[in-house]
Amino acid sequence: MSTSERTLMKGNEAIAEAAIRGGCRYFFGYPITPQNEIPEYMSRRLPEVGGAFIQAESEVSAINMVYGAAGAGGRTMTSSSSPGISLKQEGISYIAGAELPCVIVNMVRSGPGLGGILPSQGDYFQAVKGGGHGDYRMLVYGPASIQEAVDIVYKAFDKAEQYRIPVMILGDGVLGQMMEPVTLPEMLDTSAFPKKEWATDGTRAGKDRRVINSLYIESELLEGMNKKLAAVYERMKAETASESYKTDDAELILTAFGTTARIAKSAVDILRENGIKAGLLRPVTLYPFPSEAYAALAAEERVKKFVTFELNMGQMVEDVRLSVNGKKPVEFYGRSGGNIISPDEMVRVCLGLIKNA
Amino acid sequence: MTENIIIAGFGGQGVLSLGQFLAYAAMYENKEATWLPSYGPEMRGGTANCSLVISDKPIASPVIETPDTLIALNKPSLDKFIDNVKTGGAVIVNSSIIKDKIERDDIKVIYLPANDVAAAAGSVKTANVVVLGAYIAATKLFSKESVRATIEKIFKKKSNVIPMNLAAFELGYAAIDKECK
Repeated sequence: MSTSERTLMKGNEAIAEAAIRGGCRYFFGYPITPQNEIPEYMSRRLPEVGGAFIQAESEVSAINMVYGAAGAGGRTMTSSSSPGISLKQEGISYIAGAELPCVIVNMVRSGPGLGGILPSQGDYFQAVKGGGHGDYRMLVYGPASIQEAVDIVYKAFDKAEQYRIPVMILGDGVLGQMMEPVTLPEMLDTSAFPKKEWATDGTRAGKDRRVINSLYIESELLEGMNKKLAAVYERMKAETASESYKTDDAELILTAFGTTARIAKSAVDILRENGIKAGLLRPVTLYPFPSEAYAALAAEERVKKFVTFELNMGQMVEDVRLSVNGKKPVEFYGRSGGNIISPDEMVRVCLGLIKNA
Repeated sequence: MTENIIIAGFGGQGVLSLGQFLAYAAMYENKEATWLPSYGPEMRGGTANCSLVISDKPIASPVIETPDTLIALNKPSLDKFIDNVKTGGAVIVNSSIIKDKIERDDIKVIYLPANDVAAAAGSVKTANVVVLGAYIAATKLFSKESVRATIEKIFKKKSNVIPMNLAAFELGYAAIDKECK
């Protein structure tokens, strides 16, 4: 397939293909809606490229298989949806503690508990503030389109290896189930990947030992490890990314992540047709959060107000408020339970805010 | 050009695949498209719908509140969405199983006995392709040749069903083309 040719694909399938083209050869998962097309696609496609697919007996097993495959130096990933991602948290913390690279996709459904199978963004806190125990961070992306998800997943394995961290793609049911034309990147040659100096691949008999571990009984050693990880997370700030849309003269700043942000883009266009100077600021990386982009807009005199739209009861809005730092009001509007906010609904909310200002 | 379409009907009527046919046709015409299915607690015999946006620009929202066109293949779907259709928009009503007359006079209404036309093409299963033909005839969104080529590409692995689907497309197209002239 030529790389410029467009293919109509479901988000889940496009993400799976992009992962394989980015070098992923080991996938471990367990079924849950609305991400099932990822393992389904992987189960068919990975054997064709010499990879391995295992449907584990549970999410806990799947993430620990990822832990093992990552330790052996493989490009490995898992995917799930909210309740399943909760089950994986212990393993994610261990992977972070053992400084191993992997990619985790969460096609978020509504919660808490078993919740429902419809789209949600209720796992923002879990993704960016921890989820698992201990002092660790992940690089977290919130793609807004299938093409962006493809481009991010393709590069995610490089990023995971560069920083030796778990990378999370935080999607939602809309991103997973939607179809759009996408241009797929070329297949990387996995034999050209550099050897990992730390991998425990069982081929080093008689040579110096390599150990992968996250247990540090001595407090000084563990604090040293925490400081080392903190330095990694500091370096990772170089990955911070955001998109600004029509913010150059905007007085009202809409902000949202993922698929909600592209809906907000339509709302910005409708508001502008009605003579309201609206713009959109969208974080592409949810961690590190693009605080400086928010602070820069908050410092502009013309900017009167921010309004955050989320498919939850108010999570990212906390990071928006920290970034805006009291300089401008930050309003919030959310829907939950699997309900999606339409562009018209966002416009009605914004017009209401302006009227009441 | 941006066209927002909601396609709805019983599960099994080919609602989702009708949306996909249009998304493929858009892609082959180098346009942008988003196809968003309802995937909640639907089942065969229940209702299903998909939202389809086709544009010559990058598409922002794949979510539609007020469609330009509603394609309603059964009555529950018509009742659910008819009030949302934009003024000046259109609705295609599957009059084989929907006996209601539309009371709105600010939209264009097309009554198409899709199941009966499909039966004439060889199988009632092609009712969705009949509707595809009618939609293309009514909107001229894509050329007839382009959509015929799309049908041939989509079914290339099941080439035995191509003639029947092309026949269904032509019958649906002809049913409306006469009316619109």
